[in-house]
Amino acid sequence: MFHWLTLRRGRERLDLSDWLAFGFLGLGVVLMLGPVLWLALSSFKTEAALQEYPPRLMPMAPQFMAVEGFDAPLQRFVITEGEHAGRELVQIRRVGLNAQMIDPANPDERLNIRITDREPVRAVQIAQENYTTLFTRFNFPLYFWNSTFITVVATVLTVLFNSMAAFALAKYRFRGRTSVFILIIATLMIPPTVTLVPLFLVISQMGLINSHWGVIWPAIATPTGVFLLRQYMLTIPDDLLDAARMDNASEWRVYWKIVLPLSAPALAVLVIFSVMWRWNEFLWPLIVLNRSEVFTLQLALNSFQGELQTAWSNLLAMTVMTLLPITVVFAFLQKYITQGIAQSGVK
Amino acid sequence: MRVFHAIYDAAFNLFEAPMRGAQRVLGVHRLAWVFLLPNLLIFGLFTYLPIALNGWFAVTGGDRILLPDRPFVGAENFASLLECDSYLDPNTCRRDLFWRAVHNTGWFVALQVVFMVLLSLIAALVLNRNIPLKGFFRAVFFYPVLLSPVVVALIWKWILQRNGVLNAGLEGMGLPTVNWLLDPSWAFFWVIFVSIWAHMGFYVLILLAGLQAIPGDVYEAAQMDGTPRWRQLLRITLPLLTPTLVVVLVLSLIRAVQAFDEIYVLTGGGPGSATTLLIQYIYDTGFASRPRQFGLAAAASLMMAGVLFVLTLMQLAATRNRSEEG
Repeated sequence: MFHWLTLRRGRERLDLSDWLAFGFLGLGVVLMLGPVLWLALSSFKTEAALQEYPPRLMPMAPQFMAVEGFDAPLQRFVITEGEHAGRELVQIRRVGLNAQMIDPANPDERLNIRITDREPVRAVQIAQENYTTLFTRFNFPLYFWNSTFITVVATVLTVLFNSMAAFALAKYRFRGRTSVFILIIATLMIPPTVTLVPLFLVISQMGLINSHWGVIWPAIATPTGVFLLRQYMLTIPDDLLDAARMDNASEWRVYWKIVLPLSAPALAVLVIFSVMWRWNEFLWPLIVLNRSEVFTLQLALNSFQGELQTAWSNLLAMTVMTLLPITVVFAFLQKYITQGIAQSGVK
Repeated sequence: MRVFHAIYDAAFNLFEAPMRGAQRVLGVHRLAWVFLLPNLLIFGLFTYLPIALNGWFAVTGGDRILLPDRPFVGAENFASLLECDSYLDPNTCRRDLFWRAVHNTGWFVALQVVFMVLLSLIAALVLNRNIPLKGFFRAVFFYPVLLSPVVVALIWKWILQRNGVLNAGLEGMGLPTVNWLLDPSWAFFWVIFVSIWAHMGFYVLILLAGLQAIPGDVYEAAQMDGTPRWRQLLRITLPLLTPTLVVVLVLSLIRAVQAFDEIYVLTGGGPGSATTLLIQYIYDTGFASRPRQFGLAAAASLMMAGVLFVLTLMQLAATRNRSEEG
């Protein structure tokens, strides 16, 4: 019946290497996707459900019930052993290994039940309050805005400045062109992690500590971007530019109205890279931004997880909200992202 | 779309007049410098100036950031970093934390790179086969690459915590549980594991591109000769993939030396200093601890820069080989 599953083009049956490959893929999917799914599932659990050990797969929460005469809601249990087996009772208080319980229908009769003889009543309960409190108590919109501001402004400036430089390097002949090109590409050899201290001095002298511009300015000139765009612009025929110049177009118009639109595919790749870089950036913002009002999402997440009293419920929800934008972008632009990376070899 | 066009045209008009003026004054050819100016200014200010300043920081002491306030100490920062009875034992060094970070980084780089390149190679070979749902599987392996380091660390922290799902699973199977991130050896293992998890998709992608560049008729010829598949792998695929493999190896080396983000959030360098790597040492020394020892941090980063410089030269050589052969 399932014979077709194991059929392959050209060969009759699966051989050992096919089974190994499927095994590897299966394990790969569980390991690569499982943790993210587990995070997403967990983020919908109530804090009580998160504290449970061993954890349950689905967001199930212990159930409580309001009973007349008691201020707080009481937890519901099903009795599994002993003379009351099968009944559903609520717990008033626990005393050592026993619990005082009552039947909600008959609140006056107090029963003594061993805690091993009962099971909490659980029901699927989606804790959307994990998400809503992010907006009411945790200043999430502010961090989201900070991250968005840095990402958008830096990406616009990256595309603008890098394409201008690439245009000059690809379409003009002038003295020093090669030196400039080498000077720009050479910055690839200087990882930003090496110049942290002096860059901090420069930024602090410009008064940009705790300012989003302190994160944006150093990031927007990228050798990768210049190189990527220059290579692409070299493929645009010069005749096209000359024809426009014949019509008395300024150089700025040639660049803005002809070269930029024609470079759209390469610009798109750079936009995707830049969004990824800026949204996920951590070390440099960690150094420049010290006050919580200017924190990016990444910094806010990091500082929450460092606090001792962190409620996992909110932390998990915030983590999901942080990975959501990138995930959505990936879902729609997967092909372009992977092609762009495979072709340029940058991340 | 219409809004985008309106903004696009407005931006054009904004710069059209001044750029036309510049063109009239400078002429077409020198206008190139105007196009280059923003980029060069930023590179000059935020890359080249800091490189020059880094040298100055490394030979001065004190905890002040302004250069005139910093006393000249010569090579003392370097000397104190290098002062060691035995380089193999960080406890005998004056800056024991630095040497522990060097040791950790060495082990981390060696293990992470070897296992990541191996796993990426296997994944690329598998994904290059004629399998159903190919696009889905490729996306799955690549997806973690896009996640931010903080998110990656928190995902795994949630799994590895004392009452996490991993321990629950082990207990369910009757195995002992471990406090994963509080045990030095396990913490180091997970640091490597998580960093491979987060980055291998990128290398899988590059290796896949390399595999697809191998012409199919080579395999057809081999098939006609009746060459078994494992032999095709050893005699055709791997030799033709070697240039790509070298690029992947060097790229991952450069990245591994600079590993910081996920590890810092996952373990904070702990327990103790079991997972403190070089960048974290630089960050801690220069920024996180008081007094801030900028000189020491700059000296350490210059030493790391030396290593990275060599690795980058290797990368350039490898890339050139690849473009010549490919």
